Amino acid sequence: MSDTPARLGVFKTYKLYVGGKFPRSESGRVYEVTDSKDKWLANAPLASRKDARDAVVAARKAFGGWSGATAYNRGQILYRIAEMLEGRRDQFVREVADAEGLSKSKAAAQVDAAVDRWVWYAGWTDKIGQIAGGANPVAGPFFNLSTPEPTGVVAVLAPRKSSFLGLVSVVAPVIATGNTAVVIASEESPLPALSLGEVLATSDLPGGVVNVLSGRTAEIAAPLAAHQDVNAIDLTGAADDEALAKELETAAADNLKRVLRPQAVDWNETPGTGRLTAFLETKTVWHPTGSLGASGSSY
Amino acid sequence: MPTTAFADVTASDSALRRFLHGLPGVDAVGLEARAASLGTRSIKTTAKAYAIDLAISMIDLTTLEGADTPGKVRALAAKAVHPDPTDRTTPTTAAVCVYPDMVATAKEALKGADVKVASVATAFPAGRAALDIKLADTRDAVAAGADEIDMVIDRGAFLSGHYLRVYEEIRAVKEASGPARLKVIFETGELSTYDNIRRASWLGMLAGADFIKTSTGKVAVNATPANTLLMLQAVRDFREQTGIQVGVKPAGGIRTSKDAIKFLVLVNETAGADWLDNHWFRFGASSLLNDLLLQRQKLATGRYSGPDYVTVD
Amino acid sequence: MNQTSTPASPSPFEYAPAPESRSVVDIAPSYGLFIDGEFAEAAEGKVFKTISPATEEVLSEVARAGAEDVDRAVRAARKAFEKWSALPGAERAKYLFRIARIIQERSRELAVLETLDNGKPIKETRDADLPLVAAHFFYYAGWADKLDHAGYGPNPRPLGVAGQVIPWNFPLLMLAWKIAPALAAGNTVVLKPAETTPLSALFFADICRQAGLPKGVVNIIPGYGEAGAALVEHPDVNKVAFTGSTAVGKAIARQVAGTRKKVTLELGGKGANIVFDDAPIDQAVEGIVGGIFFNQGQVCCAGSRLLVQESIQDELLDSLKRRLSTLRLGDPLDKNTDIGAINSAEQLARITALAEAGEAEGAERWSPACELPSSGYWFAPTVFTGVTQAHTIARDEIFGPVLSVLTFRTPDEAVAKANNSPYGLSAGIWTEKGSRILAVANKLRAGVVWANTFNKFDPTSPFGGYKESGFGREGGRHGLEAYLDV
Repeated sequence: MSDTPARLGVFKTYKLYVGGKFPRSESGRVYEVTDSKDKWLANAPLASRKDARDAVVAARKAFGGWSGATAYNRGQILYRIAEMLEGRRDQFVREVADAEGLSKSKAAAQVDAAVDRWVWYAGWTDKIGQIAGGANPVAGPFFNLSTPEPTGVVAVLAPRKSSFLGLVSVVAPVIATGNTAVVIASEESPLPALSLGEVLATSDLPGGVVNVLSGRTAEIAAPLAAHQDVNAIDLTGAADDEALAKELETAAADNLKRVLRPQAVDWNETPGTGRLTAFLETKTVWHPTGSLGASGSSY
Repeated sequence: MPTTAFADVTASDSALRRFLHGLPGVDAVGLEARAASLGTRSIKTTAKAYAIDLAISMIDLTTLEGADTPGKVRALAAKAVHPDPTDRTTPTTAAVCVYPDMVATAKEALKGADVKVASVATAFPAGRAALDIKLADTRDAVAAGADEIDMVIDRGAFLSGHYLRVYEEIRAVKEASGPARLKVIFETGELSTYDNIRRASWLGMLAGADFIKTSTGKVAVNATPANTLLMLQAVRDFREQTGIQVGVKPAGGIRTSKDAIKFLVLVNETAGADWLDNHWFRFGASSLLNDLLLQRQKLATGRYSGPDYVTVD
Repeated sequence: MNQTSTPASPSPFEYAPAPESRSVVDIAPSYGLFIDGEFAEAAEGKVFKTISPATEEVLSEVARAGAEDVDRAVRAARKAFEKWSALPGAERAKYLFRIARIIQERSRELAVLETLDNGKPIKETRDADLPLVAAHFFYYAGWADKLDHAGYGPNPRPLGVAGQVIPWNFPLLMLAWKIAPALAAGNTVVLKPAETTPLSALFFADICRQAGLPKGVVNIIPGYGEAGAALVEHPDVNKVAFTGSTAVGKAIARQVAGTRKKVTLELGGKGANIVFDDAPIDQAVEGIVGGIFFNQGQVCCAGSRLLVQESIQDELLDSLKRRLSTLRLGDPLDKNTDIGAINSAEQLARITALAEAGEAEGAERWSPACELPSSGYWFAPTVFTGVTQAHTIARDEIFGPVLSVLTFRTPDEAVAKANNSPYGLSAGIWTEKGSRILAVANKLRAGVVWANTFNKFDPTSPFGGYKESGFGREGGRHGLEAYLDV
């Protein structure tokens, strides 16, 4: 008979992930996150408009370096994320099970699929350019090449229901091509997203490439949709709220953001390239070729 | 030194190389596109009549064959003076252009006429002879009465980067030419690149060329709108920087009035009106003249003429 | 500046007038809307006049579409969609090949027509617009039976009815850019040409009839902005394609928010043409001139900002001014005219106001000696020097023959200034150094980058903007995506 009490667990304070750091919300506010049976899980930061603004600044700052990195390097880093995630599999299985009310085995399947999704996109970084770009046979003495380039800073409304696989499925394609992201985690189940920040921070991903905010989706999304220094917005997280989706798309028109409208997605299916190309621009460069010499047969 | 503004660039082989290689590059596609675009100018009625007469007056009527005889040269001279025997308002050509041994014959045949005698020299067309032979060739032509000397540069020296040698040779020929105006032939088809043509143009002008000339007419590619446009840009820029005006002579391959008019448009819109005179622009051609005459007759009468109505010489 | 009618230059070589014959084109006194294969009056009976901007002569009276007409046209297109989209691709291809060929056959007629209605020089309609129009149809014709291989998955489906609104600067070419890919992919279209240039689209309707195109596949509804707005808003339109101003583009983006309509927008620009000190200067000068004075500068991808390296500023500007003095402004039908008329009084007023703002803000204005015709809408080629990023004329799209000259000292500065704009459509780079071309091209945030050339277009080459210059691409394989459900 020992009177040693059962060890008291150590809670984690969940924080935002912005610019490679883990700040609390500048508002100082948090909100209660519960599991599917309304049991308290943690307090999550309630990000404010100002947090959103800071995240955009961080994402913009990171864009030059990340978009300028070699595709091979980006692929290695995305693969590193998969490695780090695999090592913390148990943690994410627990968090996903809690968040989505799944059995341990079903949650594990979600986490495994999420790891595999990082691997899938890791392999895309240095291939999408060949798929989406190419030489154009123009009718004249010109070399003409189209190349896909990242759009810039992308605001991502992560899916509400699929708190982790869905999250990874929308974040990975955005950054694979060199964009940087401001991600609004699932409002009800933000904890896997906030924990993902910890993985990203230890995967050689430069700070600011992915920024994770938690809080009220509508409240954070509005300033992002209207922000003039955000280039695109993925409205996946507004799938259940037509009015919100319309309002955000309308606001996004002010600087002609590229908008990925909400649509029904089965996150378990192999993704195509649609989410990669949604946030790519095509740049076409022309240069004269001409003959080797002035004595050519032009006349 | 005719070009004191650039005295230092010809002080040494390396200085000259640095200067020539420092000239702005030429984008071939852009140059050819500009030449082609000017080629779409539509020259009609009064402008066409003006252009045809101007073109006739700019011709260096040329015969440079191994088979040339005094008779052939005399016929050419007669044609130069009266290009169209049926119409005495037709202008004379600028010159007749012959080999040095035919200069005296040409001079005699053109006595009293306002037609110059031009002579190729310097071991034309290859230019592969010793300098003293080239100079003797030149002096011989001048002594026989040549008003103009058409020399060829040493393309071998140019292409192997011995710019100063080319420069000095031109200067020596210029000196040997005495009062005769010196046309410097680059043989642009052998220089091959537009960058080389621009460099050769400046090299020739720095050395005192009175005219820069595209080609001998003896190689596959001779005058083209693009290489002539490029040389017109060179003389324009040279005058702007030195105050010295240099003429341009495209030679070889210009056979139709339409072609000739296109070249005059190039002159008009590149070097400018100051070059629209046979003192500053020439065509090295032979068959071109008859086509100009046919067009001239068409403009005068309103009906198409035919080869039986111009002389075959 | 030479003028084709009155000699202003001392050159003895004065080009006589060389007008292209007008008789090749027969413009009817009035035109209806082209809906479901028939020409018809507008439901409300409204009409508007289209004039020649070079002379202000009325060319024709055209039916003006209203909301009811838009609805009728969309219904016709919807009705035609089922059969058209079900046609084997090879059959759709043959219709498009027919259209391409008929355009080639009638190209001189269409060039003269376009010059009359638009005011641009015949040299451009004849040598640029019309060849590109035919080539565009020829190119997309070939895609119609190869969509499975376009990289959008197996059996990609068309979207349905495409509502297309096009501008007045390249009326027939913009029509081709819209209609050719739409039809190749199996969509049917309702197209609204601009109110100042409806005629070539109406002639195109006749070409559709000659080609035997099924009724309702192409519907042409001339009209004003209200017709465009009604078309964009129509609930049975599945796809909206617009080329025009960024302001209207934003309005369209708002209009379609919350719908399932697919949208592509080709909007404004403020293209930077960057000239480095090692540029091929003579060709750069041509590129600058072509970049801003092609089509009187009424080009969304115009190189309206010249960024010149300070070390060659004087030399380049001297060459540029000398070259501008040889431009020939006047009768657009004259084959030697380089600069034609501004498309409308409204556009002329806008250009004039922005040029005045340039002067008021302290930039130095220069134009070659230039006599403008007494009737019609004209604006002399204009260069502003001493312009900084803060000037209105360095930021706002002028859409006219007005060049703003800015300077830079280093490549980094050039890129920073070039990108310092909400627009991102086009840019130019002039340098003989290959690595610099590639480095600068890589850093420019623009959809089309011309290196040692400018304003080149080709049906195989994707065209479209970054940022507020719009989204989506037209041309090439990329251009198909806009009309497929992918």
